[in-house]
Amino acid sequence: MKRLPVIEMDGITKSFPGVVANKNIHFRVYPGEIHALLGENGAGKSTLMSILAGLYRPDSGFIKVKGEKLEFSSPRKALSAGIGMIYQHFRLVNNFTVAENVILGAGKSLKMNKKQMEKETLKFASQFGFDINPSARIYQLSLGEQQKVEIIKMLYRGCDILIMDEPTTVLTPHEVNDLFNTLRVMASQGKAVVLITHKLHEVMEVADYVTVLRHGEVVGSTPIAEVDETMLAKMMVAKEVIFNEASHPLLKGDSILELCNASIFGDQGHLAVQDLNLDIKSGEIVAIAGVAGNGQRELIEAIAGLRKLHTGTISLDGKVINDLNIRQRLNLGISVVPEDRMGMGLVPNLDLLDNIILRTYYLEKYSDGIFIDYKSVRKLAEEMVEDYNIYLSDLNHPVNYMSGGNLQKLLIARELSQKPRVLVAAYPSRGLDIAAAESVYNILLQERDKGTGILLILEDLEDIFRYADRVAVMYAGGIQKILDADKTNIDEIGALMLGVEYVRKTS
Amino acid sequence: MIKAKMIKRQHESLLVDIGVPIFSILLAFIVSGLFLYFSGYDPGETFSRMLKGAFGSSYAVSETIVKAIPLMLAGLAVSLAFRMKLWNIGAEGQLYMGAFAASWVALSFGDLSSWVLLPLMFLAGFIGGAVWGFIPGALRGYWQVNETITTLMLNYIAISWVSYLVFGPWKDPASKGFPLTPRFTLSGYLPSFGDSRVHMGLLVAVVIAVLFYLVLRYSRWGYEIKVIGESQNAARYAGMNVARNMVLVMLISGGIAGITGMIEVSGITHRLQQDISPGYGFTAVIVAWLARLHPFSIIVVAFLFGALLVGGFGIQTFGIPYSIVLMLEGSILFFLLAGEFLRRYKIILVRKEEQ
Repeated sequence: MKRLPVIEMDGITKSFPGVVANKNIHFRVYPGEIHALLGENGAGKSTLMSILAGLYRPDSGFIKVKGEKLEFSSPRKALSAGIGMIYQHFRLVNNFTVAENVILGAGKSLKMNKKQMEKETLKFASQFGFDINPSARIYQLSLGEQQKVEIIKMLYRGCDILIMDEPTTVLTPHEVNDLFNTLRVMASQGKAVVLITHKLHEVMEVADYVTVLRHGEVVGSTPIAEVDETMLAKMMVAKEVIFNEASHPLLKGDSILELCNASIFGDQGHLAVQDLNLDIKSGEIVAIAGVAGNGQRELIEAIAGLRKLHTGTISLDGKVINDLNIRQRLNLGISVVPEDRMGMGLVPNLDLLDNIILRTYYLEKYSDGIFIDYKSVRKLAEEMVEDYNIYLSDLNHPVNYMSGGNLQKLLIARELSQKPRVLVAAYPSRGLDIAAAESVYNILLQERDKGTGILLILEDLEDIFRYADRVAVMYAGGIQKILDADKTNIDEIGALMLGVEYVRKTS
Repeated sequence: MIKAKMIKRQHESLLVDIGVPIFSILLAFIVSGLFLYFSGYDPGETFSRMLKGAFGSSYAVSETIVKAIPLMLAGLAVSLAFRMKLWNIGAEGQLYMGAFAASWVALSFGDLSSWVLLPLMFLAGFIGGAVWGFIPGALRGYWQVNETITTLMLNYIAISWVSYLVFGPWKDPASKGFPLTPRFTLSGYLPSFGDSRVHMGLLVAVVIAVLFYLVLRYSRWGYEIKVIGESQNAARYAGMNVARNMVLVMLISGGIAGITGMIEVSGITHRLQQDISPGYGFTAVIVAWLARLHPFSIIVVAFLFGALLVGGFGIQTFGIPYSIVLMLEGSILFFLLAGEFLRRYKIILVRKEEQ
């Protein structure tokens, strides 16, 4: 039986300044199909779907919906063609009821009073087997229930094609089950669902068909029956053999920083990190490989001293430092380059001088107790700008106006100026172009050669192989395995970071 | 087709920094002028009368300064909280609590000499306002209660409290039923310059402005205020105690508003009564914004707003309602906030190719 695709995307290319997010992509979805769009962070999944939802316009290529060639100039146009996207952050009005969120804005609302809206919502929802209280207000609902409301809202607006962006990240395992059942019901009624995800087991569990993206290109598109998790993992991560620049006559010294059986709570009150063991020796780069959201942020904050360990110990040079705050840890030699460069590491609206003393302004060097000695700060700033080749127009301009690469160099330079024993850097090359990323990594390599222990949190496997001495693979809040970088390969790491058991080929 | 497009500014622009406030004031006068015109008044004559009322004689100028002093102090008070992005719109209530506390000292210890009494009143005024700032500060710092709401609500409690006192227990039996407390003894009077009504409060305001300037620009605590105001996450990362600093800033902000109240009762009314402030605490919000929170600019802007108030009193004798002043104030703030947008974006015209 030959069915007609409900969505055809052909030759889609989209580039942003400095990066091609989608390269000549062909993508087809059939009615009644749950289609998983799989890829690492930055593979181009969200860009492709944003094009389909009318948020972006492709540089070239075209979109056909139900055989008809269409051009979407806005999400509204896409919606009227039956394409609805559900984002990770829900588009719901918190203080309104479920019924109001579903019905208001759908064009029929003015003729209905509250009672009628609730009745209509209930009737509509039950068609798809949704069990939801239409008079509840959004803020009273769990995230899983809110997601249901989003789905009902889209269906009520007549969507046949539902795009869901990483829908399970906010859900509990039980809610994930619920969601998958819902999706199956919808598919059985002829709707098409596109599931953006990087979780392999979800793909295997719910999808009928899978398309894998890597670096903005389609690397495979196949029915789910013809693949398994290991094959998908291989498709997701790069295959080129990468020369490991890190392999050098290792001067590995003693362990500096050690975490023992560490458990850490996340913001939602669940254990984001569980029973984690990790050590960093002097003169080595340890990279944490893993898909974002597997406990990395909590781990960094716990090392920095912004988050308490629930159980376990953290020690520096053999001394337990669980109870020390962030300033005491900095003074002992733990420097941290946080993930959120502009939101935490730097203050965008303050000038370079103020940013340089963010972590040390209270020290005697820069302050007599009451006033800050800006003369010595300026001297330090000038040295730093010189030593690290930081380009800027004026020390007194807000750092907001500097480029990403220079900001990252500034941040690292500031942390290194404390002469740390250990430097933790989260995603140091994120958002940087190749040249800037390289100069950032060069700074880190030099620092390692001076004997500093460096912990990098990375998601790009190529970078990991290029720079790390050891790789710790993080998955679901724990370290899966710690491997020497020159004794493993990209397939093994790729499988481990997706939670798949890797079987080494015996040759 | 030509289309307007907004793009993000790459640099700060001095022209915009100065131009926006001036343009806001101008636009506010135009809008209010149109309104006057359609209500059957002559806007030109009204504005020139206001100008004369505010600057036309040495008495007029001194009255303008008298009204500017509380605006300076209250403006400085709220600007401190604003720097930390704490929206203290409770300066009015803090002013009343300061006036209340200072009056209690003046009425209870009236036989002390001014050298003792005035500093005591000063301290009491500070504490009265500080308590009124501490409450919303602690609620915000430790329990994330929105300070805009709490400071606003506390205003009404403070104003009603003072009303209760002057209508009830503190009413002067000799006041023939007017809601006034007895006059302070002479030692509770703040000294004036010569025979004018301009009092020492002016010096207090200038000293506080200088202190603010030094603290905010060069001190460690000023640095903490800056960082916390810009980014609480960065402040945590820097190891600062965010909650404690919030409480401290609200306490001092309230305290200075309280000093404003002390200075009004001690320098002008010489007793506690209703309506010691025609909304200084609220106008101060506009003053602080217009001055971009800069302490010295606040002194200058407060002077202009003092003139607006005095000019407004002047036109009432010609049958033009005083509300025109409130309208001017409101529209200045309105245009000013709208102009904030221009500080971040510039608007350019582009030719858009037809598709």
